[in-house]
Amino acid sequence: MSDMHATPSAAIAEQDVEFWMKEDHHPANGTLLGFWIYLMSDCLIFACLFATYGVLGRSYAGGPSGADLFDLPLVAVNTTMLLLSSITYGFAVLEMQKDRKGTMMAWLIITGLFGAAFLGIELWEFSHLIHEGAGPQRSAFLSSFFTLVGTHGLHVTFGIIWLITLLFQVGRLGLTPANKRRIMCLSMFWHFLDVVWIGVFTFVYLMGSLP
Amino acid sequence: MSAQIDSHGAHGAHDDHHDDGVGHSTLKGYMMGFFLAVVLTAIPFWLVMEKVIPNTQTLAVVLLTFAAIQIVVHMIYFLHMNPRSEGGWNMLALIFTLVIVVITLAGSIWVMFHLNSNMMPGMSHQMTEQQVKNLP
Repeated sequence: MSDMHATPSAAIAEQDVEFWMKEDHHPANGTLLGFWIYLMSDCLIFACLFATYGVLGRSYAGGPSGADLFDLPLVAVNTTMLLLSSITYGFAVLEMQKDRKGTMMAWLIITGLFGAAFLGIELWEFSHLIHEGAGPQRSAFLSSFFTLVGTHGLHVTFGIIWLITLLFQVGRLGLTPANKRRIMCLSMFWHFLDVVWIGVFTFVYLMGSLP
Repeated sequence: MSAQIDSHGAHGAHDDHHDDGVGHSTLKGYMMGFFLAVVLTAIPFWLVMEKVIPNTQTLAVVLLTFAAIQIVVHMIYFLHMNPRSEGGWNMLALIFTLVIVVITLAGSIWVMFHLNSNMMPGMSHQMTEQQVKNLP
């Protein structure tokens, strides 16, 4: 202690060191930016699938059209599930900022349940379509439909797997800076999937139901 | 001395956590985003299910407009997009991606639509019979 008071320059030097330590923390920012760039590349995958659907979406090959197949009330319920899961994830992030581990995990579990409900409804819809003979092999329209909506569903599936993994990590290690960073990355992933779903329900379901 | 360093370290870590871009979300922001998202989702579904707009073309344009607005709402309130996050690199990556997305979507649909219409048997009305015979 007396050493530090004796040499103020040493104290300043130490301050400088800590300052650099703070700067060194930047990899967290780097992770979030890197994850954002991954999401943008994912966005390009979806853009290609949307373009494919846009080109093939009216090629029914004499089979059923979107207006015949789509059950809009069911899609509305599905959209609600995903939107609710988005806001509950937001609540989880807010709890994380207040360092409340228990409520954060509770909101995360609720988010996962909404996500699972979304996935369950989508799988039921798929099996219903395939059962009706409107599987992906029926027409170009249905091939592109199953590819686009299925890829989105696959993303939600991996989001839920990630969410469960994160629950175990937070449960064991608590809200460490690394875990907070992971929660923010999954937050971006989850909200990004909701953004893609806006495109899906508008471009595929609503516009596909038009005559 | 070590206690002082520890307290400094803890303080530094705390500050960092606020600098991470983590500390910007608020309940008000999320609720505002959620409210706007619900309204912007409900209106398109209502328009289609109740067949409010009889003209398909107009309805399609209206639907796409609602989708575009809702995507912007999600970007701002849920993904916390702003020109300053990550020193502007987030926004730059987003703009670049949007340019590519627009080229991919508009380009594919435009080219393939014209390809389709040129494949139609009805196209011969623009050509003489001789020209049709000379087609490759």
